[in-house]
Amino acid sequence: MGSPGPSRGRLWTWLDERIGLADFEKLARKKQVPVHRHGLWYYFGGMTLFLFIIQVMTGILLLFYYRPSAEEAYESIQFLMAEVEFGWLIRSIHSWAANLMIFALFVHLFSVLLLKAYRPPREVTWFSGMALFGIALGFGFTGYLLPWNELAYFATKVGTEITGAVPLVGGFLLRLLRGGDEVTGATLTRFYGIHVAVLPLLVTALLGLHLFLVQKHGMSVPPAVERRGAASRTMPFVPNFVLRDVVGWLSALAILAALAAFFPTELGKKADPFASAPVGIKPEWYFMFMFQTLKYLPAYILGIEGEIVGVVGFGLGGLFLLLIPFLDRRAVRGESSRLFTWIGIAIIVYMIALTYLGYTVSPTK
Amino acid sequence: MEERALEPEAMEPAATRRSFVNWLLGTSAGAFLVSVLYPVGRYLIPPKAGESAAASVTLPIKPADVKPNTGQIFKFGNRPGILVRTPAGELRAFSAVCTHLNCTVQYRADIGHIWCACHNGHFDLSGQNIAGPPPRPLESFVVNVRGTQIVVSKSA
Repeated sequence: MGSPGPSRGRLWTWLDERIGLADFEKLARKKQVPVHRHGLWYYFGGMTLFLFIIQVMTGILLLFYYRPSAEEAYESIQFLMAEVEFGWLIRSIHSWAANLMIFALFVHLFSVLLLKAYRPPREVTWFSGMALFGIALGFGFTGYLLPWNELAYFATKVGTEITGAVPLVGGFLLRLLRGGDEVTGATLTRFYGIHVAVLPLLVTALLGLHLFLVQKHGMSVPPAVERRGAASRTMPFVPNFVLRDVVGWLSALAILAALAAFFPTELGKKADPFASAPVGIKPEWYFMFMFQTLKYLPAYILGIEGEIVGVVGFGLGGLFLLLIPFLDRRAVRGESSRLFTWIGIAIIVYMIALTYLGYTVSPTK
Repeated sequence: MEERALEPEAMEPAATRRSFVNWLLGTSAGAFLVSVLYPVGRYLIPPKAGESAAASVTLPIKPADVKPNTGQIFKFGNRPGILVRTPAGELRAFSAVCTHLNCTVQYRADIGHIWCACHNGHFDLSGQNIAGPPPRPLESFVVNVRGTQIVVSKSA
């Protein structure tokens, strides 16, 4: 059925007649990737995807030993780390790959932002990407609690209390998330369900849409490159780009294995609802800039509680980022939009600066 | 097309019937959705746990064991409280739940007041928020020493 080579084997022909392999092959051969000096950034979406696949696989393996209850969660991970062969490795890879995935996702997001790849017709690709970003943070937040240790307990207390600061529906959201008024075993089972069922379901749907749209529209060429009228060189996706992707993935896997082996994830102390929050408590690094901002906000700003100002501020910031394809009118027309480049850079500088402070300022001062 | 032009009245009942069926279908679909989403929504909201009615608690701590310039956490119902003996020797108790974002506070002997590790909130020894992000003072409790027992109760 339209197969280019005469000798594809009988299995290939059999399958092609039934599921149309030739169509897939044509699709794969048609895909071209633009070649220009910003080409490096094209690899970070695939890198995020690769790390996500690692998360799915290690996550499934962890499920075989993990017990989602306040009485057993900590002990089951203790058992996994100490008794189960390579248990420490699987858990460490899951934890490290989560961090690397969020990092790759940040790089992907900001490179898309700065190269203005959200221009028409790619707005929905941007929206689905932002939704996937939100889900990734949700994965991080819910997964952090599952070991039921001291750090996770207080991070969750603070994180869920922040949703309580959302105007109007805050109290309702807080109870919905916690499964009660306090962070208890009920919160743990909820987070477990969200982490292993709800979010994976959402990711499957949104990732499918995201990848379909990337396939449909092809890679975006940055407006600066387009304006310069640089000779539109391309490389075939298969095999040239995919092989480069694989080099990146194998490197990431090597880095992951090294990190997991030399810096295995710690378990810490079991959560105790009747202990003081430990000195130096901090969230995962990707929440650090928000955490540090909350530390600096005074109790009241213009008569409104500081935390509410912070939460609403970050909410509006996220909404701004989401709506950028509609706000950046100059980029829509294919003109250079320096303002939005500078806004993007300002966001990156703010996040890096506050994260740096979060790790260097003495926690007791 | 032609038919409609010839007998517009004849089409009228059919159109009404069609819109009635559509309306019926729409409301049934709506009712079906509500009948599914309502129980699911109610299911997701956790039942109200009985608020701990205890207005006072006898601590498993002897007054003599609480040294001046120290503090410790105790259970007040299902929430933590903090018992502090001031450098002057007086016993005081507060809710240990930080009014900022719900973390559990601690007593810091080096600065002589109550502190929250999460966002660097400070409270003085009468529970007043004196520095950092906390917007309100800690709820203070009444401490009574009866012989070798410490009884902490909610103030009025």
